Amino acid sequence: MSDTFQLDGAVVPFEPGQTVMQAALAAGHYIPHLCYHPEFKPHGSCKLCTVKVNGRTIASCTMPAEAGLNVESNIEELNALRRALVQMLFAEGNHFCPSCEKSGNCVLQALGYDLEVHATGFRHLYPDRPLDASHPDILLDFNRCVLCELCVRASSEVDGKNVFALAGRGITKHLIVNSESGLLKDTNIALTDKAMEVCPVGVILKKRVGFSQPIGERRYDQRPISAQALDDAPRLSGSGGSCPACEDAS
Amino acid sequence: MLPDNETRINDSAELWLDQAVTRYESDSSRLLQILHEVQERFGHISQQATGILAEKLDIPRARIESVASFYSFLHLKPHGEYRVLFSDNITDRMLGSEALMEQMCQLLWLQPGKVSEDGLVSINTTSCTGMCDQGPAMLVNGRAITRLSHQRVQEIAQLIRNRTPLADWPADFFRVEDNIRRSGLLLGNTLAYGEVLHAAVTAGAQQIVEVVKASGLRGRGGAGFPTGQKWEACRNAPGKEHYVVCNADEGEPGTFKDRVLLTRQADLVFEGMTLCALAVGASKGFLYLRGEYRYLLEPLHAVLQRRRDSNLLGISILGKPGFDFDIEIHLGAGAYICGEESALIESLEGKRGVPRSRPPFPVTHGYMQQPTAVDNVETFCQAALAVQMGAEKYRAIGTEKSSGSKLVSVSGDCAYPGIYEYPFGVTVREILQDCGAVNTRAVQISGPSGVCVPENEFNRKLGFEDLPTAGAFMVFDDSRDMFEVARNYVHFFAHESCGFCTPCRVGTSMLKQTMDKIANGHGTKHDLREIDKLDRVLQNTSHCGLGRTACNPVLHTLKHFRPAYENRLKSLDFKPAFDLDGSLARARQMTGRDDAGAHLKETE
Repeated sequence: MSDTFQLDGAVVPFEPGQTVMQAALAAGHYIPHLCYHPEFKPHGSCKLCTVKVNGRTIASCTMPAEAGLNVESNIEELNALRRALVQMLFAEGNHFCPSCEKSGNCVLQALGYDLEVHATGFRHLYPDRPLDASHPDILLDFNRCVLCELCVRASSEVDGKNVFALAGRGITKHLIVNSESGLLKDTNIALTDKAMEVCPVGVILKKRVGFSQPIGERRYDQRPISAQALDDAPRLSGSGGSCPACEDAS
Repeated sequence: MLPDNETRINDSAELWLDQAVTRYESDSSRLLQILHEVQERFGHISQQATGILAEKLDIPRARIESVASFYSFLHLKPHGEYRVLFSDNITDRMLGSEALMEQMCQLLWLQPGKVSEDGLVSINTTSCTGMCDQGPAMLVNGRAITRLSHQRVQEIAQLIRNRTPLADWPADFFRVEDNIRRSGLLLGNTLAYGEVLHAAVTAGAQQIVEVVKASGLRGRGGAGFPTGQKWEACRNAPGKEHYVVCNADEGEPGTFKDRVLLTRQADLVFEGMTLCALAVGASKGFLYLRGEYRYLLEPLHAVLQRRRDSNLLGISILGKPGFDFDIEIHLGAGAYICGEESALIESLEGKRGVPRSRPPFPVTHGYMQQPTAVDNVETFCQAALAVQMGAEKYRAIGTEKSSGSKLVSVSGDCAYPGIYEYPFGVTVREILQDCGAVNTRAVQISGPSGVCVPENEFNRKLGFEDLPTAGAFMVFDDSRDMFEVARNYVHFFAHESCGFCTPCRVGTSMLKQTMDKIANGHGTKHDLREIDKLDRVLQNTSHCGLGRTACNPVLHTLKHFRPAYENRLKSLDFKPAFDLDGSLARARQMTGRDDAGAHLKETE
């Protein structure tokens, strides 16, 4: 019999080696998250999955599950922090949802709706981030980057290519690509790469396929992200198959 | 500025790069050290050098760019033959650093942050360089210069214009004083080098752990973790190798005691590390030296060599079979966050200095995922003293929960800035008296992330029971504006945030903007509420201590010196941050105008 911990009063079983997030999703409990992806090692940078464990706040995606933990997640105090974090991400980049082809399939936008982020909250930083449209089939729009490193991880761990990396520090941190020119066309990226599928927002886009899904049929038009995320996760923990979120985005 | 493609690397430079990589055994975990050497040699890490290194180390070039761009002292573009960085701690500012920087910019026809057209020089600010007792200070091509004055700045500008090599500059510029004002068991010790180790080798590893545990010694880096407990946990952790790491990345603004210890007590530091190695079973140690103390590298290497020659390092130390240990010095490159132990380990491994998710902790999964004991410079010294004195005698010094002595780095408004050693339990007031401080308004203890102590709390005591400290003690008299002190610290955090987690990356920049808005006279009560909101997010969701404490200077000064903020606020409840007149600054600069017609009148 496996050990258990408490999550918002519910009993959650876990396997050794699972984090709080992994165990919660597998047991059908949603904790908001952005940089966590079921197929990759937890990263712990977006901090949306912050929970309270025995009274202390900690990221649930990297927190190892332990028997007897008392985890609080769906409480107003934490949801207020999550709203502020989503607001911060919106203010940090340049996000214009109405004209973004990722609208409706975007995790950041879906989190905004689901967490009921009704206002900007912070003043926008309006960073100057040029596009990279050099590649014949792929567009990079850095304006929307939330620095989750999923493309970095996918390219390195799955594709074995290291097409993406992060450079700079602090608020100047940004995504770069692995070529002397600094342009995507001079990398060995391919449309079939995992790195093409994992971007939760609208940075890495296939050209000439935008806006193909009508409004109303897009991923998060149908069900909120809190429901979608649960559909994805258990299937993964068992079979190790690919992530429906990625398939939809491609 | 020279375009990058004009600085083509010739054959001899390529040969040099090849030799550098070979010196580090083509080991990509030494990347930061290699980049340091390239930076020193060529003044920047060119695209071509990046390509060559990537090939020789067999790593993606993006990784080199990723690592290099994390550290303030490494440049991927030409940054001038002379790279001048003014230390920008509040104590430097109080000594007039801003005017000096402006003077130098005028003398060299330059704007801060820009490289001169001829590629000769760049001038900028950098975080505290650890010379607060002899500031204002600067770094030129990584070398520390102290006691700046208008006269000295003029001379330096002349030397730069004449392209005088740094080696030919007056030696007095580079003189760094120890300024030891008060000694205790550490600074006053008369131990011969090797003395403690001789005794300890006979006693054995278990005994060292027992004594350090019983001495009650706690880490001197600020967090105060019991040192003996750490060593024991590291010793008991399974692993192929065990490591000892000395954290000499003394980056907390206002702290400079490790600099003095590494100058005056280097043997005791290494003795402590070697004791630790014996205790935890390590054969390899690192001293992570902050880049600002680059000038200490050669003297420290000389001490290490002497110790090797005396069989205090190396194989079978002091004739004890199996006791093999040696120490390597790694240089940091301008990143405060690397003072956090797991970020330091990442940096040691040649990566970006991003703190790891914990658990697991370094004692079980540290350097190369092996058990690692990371301790502060002063902690290693104190451990050696505790072993020498015996637990009971050591414990008799200080207070119940804070045994032994503490070095305090005193700077700011006082007659005698410098290093003071006290038994724990000393009051703020006593230190102020000793350093000749008068009309003191407040003291910032343990740097920006620490505590701001106002006058009515000067009876508080240094120690883990009350005021834990890494050692910084910055004094502000009644002429100082505590709002500006806090604003300086907020800028520091925004500059030093590693950018890994959302709250700290974005929150520290927003806090900086809010403080600047208030400073510019556009602040309202709304902004004070925003500070509260940012604090809640930063304190509760940040990845490490930097973000969690980044709001402290503002909260503390708001609590004790609220009028300093309120006097600056507009009576309006809300005012947009957008400043119509301010947005024309660029246009004014481009047209060279600053007359009334080039300004918009503000309407209330």
